[in-house]
Amino acid sequence: MKTDSSTSTPNLTRRTFIKQTAGISLVIGATGLVPQLFSCTDTAAINKALISESIGAWVRLTSDGIITILNPAAEMGQGSMTSLPVIFAEEMDADWDDVRVEFSPQESDIYGSEGWGPNRRIMLSAGSRVTKGYFNLLRRAGAQVRYVLRYSAAELWEVPLKEVTSAPSKIIHNSSGRSISYGDLVSHIFMPAELPDFKEGGLKDPVDFRLIGKDQPRTDIAGKVNGQAQFAIDVRLPGMLYAVIERGRVHGAKPTLTNKTDVEAMAGIISIAELGHGIGFIAEKIEQALAARKASQIEWSEAEMSGFDSERAYEEYSAIMNKGPRGRAVTEEGNARRVIRGASKIYKGDFKNDYVCHAQMEPLNSVVQVTEDGQHAEVWVGTQQGFDSKLGVPAALGIAPENVKIHMQYLGGGFGRRSMTDFVTEGALLAKEVAPRPVKLMWTREDDLTYGAYRPMSLQRVEAAVNGQGQITAFSHILVGDGDNLIASGIRNEYYDIPNQYAELRIVPHGVRLKHWRAVGHGPNKFAIECLIDEVARGEGIDPAVLRRRLMNKSPRALATLEEVVRISGWNDPSQEGRAKGMAFLERSGTLSSGVCEISVDRNSGKIKVHRFWSAHDAGIVIQPDNVRAQVEGGIVMGMSSVLKEKLDIVDGRAVQSNYHDYQLLRMEDAPESIETSIIASDGPPQGVGESGTPLVACCIANAFLALTGKRLRHLPFTPERVLEALNG
Amino acid sequence: MAQFQWTINGKKTTVEADENEILLWILREQLGLTGTKYGCGIAQCGSCTVHLDGSPVRACMLTAASIRPGQKITTIEGLSTDNSHPLQRAWIKAQVPQCGYCQSGQIMQAAALLHENPNPSREEIVTHMNGNLCRCGTYLRIIEAIDMAARGDLAAGDD
Repeated sequence: MKTDSSTSTPNLTRRTFIKQTAGISLVIGATGLVPQLFSCTDTAAINKALISESIGAWVRLTSDGIITILNPAAEMGQGSMTSLPVIFAEEMDADWDDVRVEFSPQESDIYGSEGWGPNRRIMLSAGSRVTKGYFNLLRRAGAQVRYVLRYSAAELWEVPLKEVTSAPSKIIHNSSGRSISYGDLVSHIFMPAELPDFKEGGLKDPVDFRLIGKDQPRTDIAGKVNGQAQFAIDVRLPGMLYAVIERGRVHGAKPTLTNKTDVEAMAGIISIAELGHGIGFIAEKIEQALAARKASQIEWSEAEMSGFDSERAYEEYSAIMNKGPRGRAVTEEGNARRVIRGASKIYKGDFKNDYVCHAQMEPLNSVVQVTEDGQHAEVWVGTQQGFDSKLGVPAALGIAPENVKIHMQYLGGGFGRRSMTDFVTEGALLAKEVAPRPVKLMWTREDDLTYGAYRPMSLQRVEAAVNGQGQITAFSHILVGDGDNLIASGIRNEYYDIPNQYAELRIVPHGVRLKHWRAVGHGPNKFAIECLIDEVARGEGIDPAVLRRRLMNKSPRALATLEEVVRISGWNDPSQEGRAKGMAFLERSGTLSSGVCEISVDRNSGKIKVHRFWSAHDAGIVIQPDNVRAQVEGGIVMGMSSVLKEKLDIVDGRAVQSNYHDYQLLRMEDAPESIETSIIASDGPPQGVGESGTPLVACCIANAFLALTGKRLRHLPFTPERVLEALNG
Repeated sequence: MAQFQWTINGKKTTVEADENEILLWILREQLGLTGTKYGCGIAQCGSCTVHLDGSPVRACMLTAASIRPGQKITTIEGLSTDNSHPLQRAWIKAQVPQCGYCQSGQIMQAAALLHENPNPSREEIVTHMNGNLCRCGTYLRIIEAIDMAARGDLAAGDD
């Protein structure tokens, strides 16, 4: 392990000694070098420092040796409650058994990620960017803490700093054989006047990693097997009221409550709040709020979405695809359109995908308490956070951001839905009505689905020109739909050597609420791209793996994932009678992934059975390998759910499906027999893995279906009716 | 308002509620047993699974009046206080939960299975567990954990 760096030698002009037997919070500058120490119990001093000086406390160390590391990200099942503290503990050289983890405050100047562009710090757990966005920052912060501990021991023993090093949770002086535990050092902390920032070196050599790349049991799991893990929906406060909102089934419609007096007289009703987009019912008990909502009579205005029909929208999309108007070009490399026009051989296909909903298991909810004067608010919520770390509450209530305190809770699933804050600002507006009593706003499952924010539907036309040697010389991808970047993500092919590429968006606004849904546009776009690649392979009589190998001739990292999945899936071995394999490759959030699945089809019912799934990923340095595998497994199962089952229809502006009985998710009986995931060893920076499995599914299944039947599946989801239609077509 | 006397997690408990109040809300909001989750309210997801006299039931569909006096209700909090139940140990060893929201219901459903059938086949596990949804997609690890608990394979790394 490296102990010092020539570029980070401190200038010891001032020394501070703090004697604390109870414990210390090491407060280390986020932007500059402002090391300070506070007693753990001196919360006023810590808070003052945090607010006034924009400095961050990442760790609390107490004399019993307990090391409490703060996690700045949402924990929605992706494992941030473990992987981020592991990064910090690695550089701090903490014994993992001594580590406890808590959520950090929602203060983005202090705890914001560096992963959202230069010169800004944002707390946002989205786009699989948590690990990659915090990796360097947490390594540096952990290294600074270790530096302070080494410095303190050197002062205590009166030996040169360079002679002291660390072992897990202790500082050691090799030549004298002395050592002192981190806990015992708490009462001997000396603060150097300046801290190295470790930006130019001094961090651990990755070959010395003791925690990163090994598997630590996730810190949140023990509480998730005994009911103790707290989600926002579990929060109960003294005097708490319950609320539900009747929102327009047609988004954007304005409500008029016509029997307010009657509803107000119902048992337990405390207040009825007329919001712009709905009517809120606040009651002593949840069932009273639900009863009031049920009894309410509301007239709704027309809205942009009125009359919208998602099935019919495809006709409009087709007309725009065929006749224009042209949209915005998002990729123009070479001259794909000219090459395609002059090509001797063209492969072409139109692909569709219906709306899907997040349908996370914990329905949206928030608990909010506003002070009687309306000037302060506390919020208990499970959130993926956002560009406003106070989740829109200051604007909703017209109060200062520093007057809003967010208490982060576990998320019962996010998948993109919980990076919206509609369910938080609604809660704030209702709590204001009944201040200072706290309010738990609950969305029912029906609210969650019918007032959802969906992954957009789209129509895609992909075309490939092929020359006499079977090479793809040009690729064109035209996309019609609503949602701009929500449909555009994943449309580029950076890892395939295709000299002429063109991609264009033709946007058609409908007023339907849309949102990032795990892997965003990558699901539909990679479906179209990877299926056309297989159609070329089939038409040219080339094995799909061989064709992709050629396309990856300039992308060795991509090729390594392909070779690995070919190996583990036994790609070159024939499947048993009635089964076939299909493959796909894609990049999402920096992770390169190749997948293979093996399927069979019931030709009477049209039901596809996925027997096995294999995938290989290059995700850079992996913090928690088993957790990466868990993310891929889950991503593939969720992908299968969306590809085989999920379909949200809109008729006359209203969502047709309303609960799990008609918006069906994949159940255990349809899970594959096995999912085998291989992680490619890498020393590159960590990349995002949470979404990498999901978009593999549609293309792997459709390509396996093509291999098995010679027929094409080009409309997501692959319901039994559509499969039968393809088989008989 | 009526009074109901049930045995909840081994303790005789008196609950005041309307006859048509739903057990799920009584457990969660009145008694603070929040490990039992609301997911759909129509018995489609299994997040609210508890045991009624040992059998798995969906608390979101049970009214107070439908539960007889003295009946035994067991929630996830009553399975063990210290994660010592074989299924809890297996769940930790296999690192099953992701978001974790459905897992109380999954474990309660699985506990009922092992009580009836200590050595279930994979097919029997899938049939028994099929009513419990997991959006994070942890099904394969759930199967692994149930199998592990049934086989008593909980030695190293189990806590």
